[in-house]
Formats: sequence, structure tokens, C-alpha cells
Amino acid sequence: MSEKPLENMPESLSRPDLRRIADLIEPNSRVLDLGCGDGSFLAYLEKKKSIRPLGVEIDADMVGECVRRGIPVIHGDLNSNLDYLHDDSFDCVLLTRVFQELKHPDKILREVTRIGKRGLVGFLNIGHIRNRMQFFFSGRMPISKTLPHNWYDTPNIHLGTIRDFRMMCKELDIEIIRSLPIGRERSYLDVKLPNLLAHACIFEIRDRKKK
Amino acid sequence: MNSGEKIELLATPQDYNFGPGEANALELDCGRKLYEVNIRYETFGTLSAERDNAILIAHALTGDAHVCGKHSPDDRKPGWWDNMIGPGKYLDTDKYFIICSNVIGGCSGSTGPRSVNPATGELYNLDFPVITIADMVRAQKRLIDHLQIPKLLAVIGGSMGGMQALEWSKLYPDMVQSTVAIATTHRLAPQSIAFNWVGSQAIRSDADFDNGNYAVNPEHGLATARMLAHITYLSDESMEQKFGRNLQDADSYSFAFKRDFAVESYLEHQGQRFVERFDANSYLYITRATDYFDLSGGGSLAEAMKPATSDFLVVSFSSDWLFTTAQSEEIVKALLANGLNCSFCEIESSYGHDAFLLEVDRLGALIRDFVANQRKKF
Repeated sequence: MSEKPLENMPESLSRPDLRRIADLIEPNSRVLDLGCGDGSFLAYLEKKKSIRPLGVEIDADMVGECVRRGIPVIHGDLNSNLDYLHDDSFDCVLLTRVFQELKHPDKILREVTRIGKRGLVGFLNIGHIRNRMQFFFSGRMPISKTLPHNWYDTPNIHLGTIRDFRMMCKELDIEIIRSLPIGRERSYLDVKLPNLLAHACIFEIRDRKKK
Repeated sequence: MNSGEKIELLATPQDYNFGPGEANALELDCGRKLYEVNIRYETFGTLSAERDNAILIAHALTGDAHVCGKHSPDDRKPGWWDNMIGPGKYLDTDKYFIICSNVIGGCSGSTGPRSVNPATGELYNLDFPVITIADMVRAQKRLIDHLQIPKLLAVIGGSMGGMQALEWSKLYPDMVQSTVAIATTHRLAPQSIAFNWVGSQAIRSDADFDNGNYAVNPEHGLATARMLAHITYLSDESMEQKFGRNLQDADSYSFAFKRDFAVESYLEHQGQRFVERFDANSYLYITRATDYFDLSGGGSLAEAMKPATSDFLVVSFSSDWLFTTAQSEEIVKALLANGLNCSFCEIESSYGHDAFLLEVDRLGALIRDFVANQRKKF
């Protein structure tokens, strides 16, 4: 099951992207995946990096999939109280898929940095040049491959730009250790001008006080 | 399951006796000892040469050792979890060695208040010591030792069975690879204690009760206790669906105090069926054991569960208001605090507490997959 586990990842994260995320995970560490889906990414990390996984997932059928894979999983809603996850109980907290779908992005970011020594948060960038062009010329909310929904019927209720994300982290006193811009072409320019050219970005973050 | 060929699983009740002498007697939480204890149990499947496939099923309040199969092919009904356990079923008796025993204090073969007190030659009745969930588990542990099983692949139980499963993980961590706690709680909430108290009052105030020394079951009180308890096993929604305000035998109200409504008739039927199979004293003792159940010992549950090392699967049902999802989440929180591997799932169901016996397919798949992975880790 070396390749297959990744098939249910969102389209915005390709396999190479996931491998890049995997590269940031320490071997034998304790990893929490918030919104873990069917647990395939945790299973992949368990196999490649011997991590100790835990997932949180809202969909009961997906919870069943995790159990089938032998991945410990908590059936729960990321919009509700996460106090069953204890301070600093994980080396790394993943929030790579559903950040823009959550009711309180600021609260969940605080939770990520509370629960984990560090966090890896995936963020869709509405500031991408194509979105800007669409918005400018059509005067309507952009629709793209990574943001395929109509504005009135989208799970992505909190869209922002990469610069917006950085500003929020600053206000929350959260340190961005590094960023991993994800461009469709994966070119040099994606990295140089992420707010224009990356359609998403993975941020490695931690609570500034925990340094 | 495959309905083409029906494999009849035959169950043989067995007995294990212990504790004739002082040293071998069962020491109880109340400070007293139980002598000449009998454990009624049934087993299914075959214990592997490596002894790595034994699963203990702990039954709920009024269950018994007859967990699946039939005692004879003519039996009207199979054991209480027959849709879960058997050849090719979710807990596959072709793979696993399944053990289920009647709790002490019970009335289905194990030593209980209607057993003969070896010290007096008379029935114990209310001289029977008040037992706890931990006492039930200590007795089960004797049985597992007798069966020469050093470590159980899983201890699985719903409701009061879940309490025993949790207790096992705490009392005998080296003997439990994994724990499955379904529709249960780590401490009986005051609301549940209150329901038990009313049931207990109903039994004890029955004119036939005779301070527990009755010759025939005090049926009226016991049926009332059962009817009350049965309401707590259903949900508002399931009662609405099943009965609505339907009338039982007439098209209009009787304007009298006889049973008009279908729900009234159903409860009476449940009460009546119950008194035919269950003993009033046993009911008092076992509900008391649940009253006293508080794994946390009044302090932090995580602290109290420190000895536990097993992996856990915790399952709740959305409409269960007796042992709620929030109560299951408290268990999960404590287990995670202790760094244990723990999975939790709330199954959507309208059946209330009874869902743990009715939502077999979704619960069964979870248990099957969880246990299969535990066997790989064993």
C-alpha cells in the first residue's frame, strides 16, 4: 500500500506535495492529523516514518476506514471543544486539508499550537494571480480547480491570501517556522512570489512562547 | 451473513467452581468473602496454540453467559448477541475463542443471592454480600486463569459490560491486549442512580418481597422496575416511531385507567417477559453494583486509569441518553491523557441505549476491524 493510501487526498495536494510534508515529520514522533479523512496519510507516515498516529475525523464512515487501517481515531468536530487533546501531547499536529472550512480559524490555530510542539497547516491561497484576474475582470468570486465551488455553496467559508495568513499568525503570536508554497508548476517563482503564484501553502508553525 | 446455508452453532453451558477454602475464596470490595463460587460460562471456537485469540464478552445488566448459538436446535431463540458472534460473523468463531460468563450476583447459573450459602445451607437472599463491578471482574479473572489464558486479545462489553471491560483494563492490564467499551460510562451518573433507586423501591415494596425471602418472585415490583428501566433504554424518537400515540385495542379512549396506548401495552409485555426469566434479588444486587461504579474513585479518571495499558475502542450512540456520548468522551479524554491508543466513534442511531444490541452492522464492522488489527499487534 505504498502509493494507494494517498488517493483520497484533496486535489490541491498532490503526491509530491504530501511527500514534502512527510519530509518535515520526524521519525518516531507522535503525530495528530486534524481532519484525517480515511487515515491514509497517517498510515503512510506510520509506515515510512514509524510515527505514532492519532486522527480526528467528523465523518463516521471515514472513522470506520481509519479503524480498518488500524489508525487510532477520534470521531469529533474540529469546530467544537478539543480539550480532550492535551497540551503538548503531540510532536506535530497536521491540519492540511480543512483549515478554510472551519468556523473559527484563529481558535483552531491556537489549538494546533497548544496541542502540538509544532503544527503543519495547509492554506488555500485566494490571492493567486488567476483568482485576482478572475475577480478583476469578471467582478465575481473566483472559481478555479482548487476552489471549484460557488460562493454560496462552498465548504471553504474562510478564504484568505497567504499574506492574510501571515498577518493572522502575527496577531496570534504564532511563529511561522517555514512555509512551503505549493504552485501548480512547482517552479522557482512559486517560492519567490507565493502570494501571487502559489495556489496553496503549507506553514510550519509554533507558539512563539514555546521556543 | 450468508443465508444460503445456515450453520447452527451449539452452545454448552459449563461451570467452574472455586473458593472452597479460605485462601481461595473471593475477596470482595465490601470486605466480605464469597466461598464456593460458581461461574457459569460458555465458550465458542477454538483457543489457538499460541493462545492469542481469546476474547471475553462481558454481558449487560440482565444478560447471561448464553451470548450466541443455541443450546439445542429446537431453541426458539439464540443467545443475546447471536447476530454479532458466530461462524463468519463480525466476531468470527472460526478465528476467535469467545468466552462469556454470567456475572456473580446474577441468576443465570453463577453464584448470586438465590444460591445456597455454604455456611448456613439456606439461600443467601439479602445475606448475599453487596458486590461491585470490580468483584464481577475478579471472579471472571479466576475463570480466565482456569482456562489457562495468559492474555485476552480483547475484552468487549456494552453498557454494564462496558463497565466490566474498563475495569478489566485497569485491574489486570497485563492480561488485556485491547478493550472495547460500548454505550457505557466510567461512573454511574446521579440520574441513573435515581432510576435504579425507584426500581429498587418498587421491588422492595412489593407485598410478596418478604425482605428478599420470597418463595415466588415478587413479580409486580420487579416488572415495574423493568418497565421503568426499559424506558431509559429507548429514545423519544424511537418511541414516537414505534408507537406514536397509537391505541392498543380500541379506536377511542377508555376514559378509565386500563391500558389504552400501544406504548403502555409494550411496557407491560416487557415487564411480564422479564419476571419470567429474572430474579428480583439479583436485580437489586446487580443494579447496586452499577450504582457503586465509579472508576475515578471520586478523583481524576486519568489518574485512576494510570495502570491501564491496553488499546481502546470506545463507541457511543447518538440517541443514548442513559450513557451519553459526552460520558464516552470523558473516558476518551482520560485515556488520551495517559498516552494510550484510543479510538472513538459515535454511531448515529435513533434506538437510544438499546442501539448497542440493534445497530449490529455498523458496530460489528468497527469491532471486527479493530480486533483484526489488535491480533496483528498481539
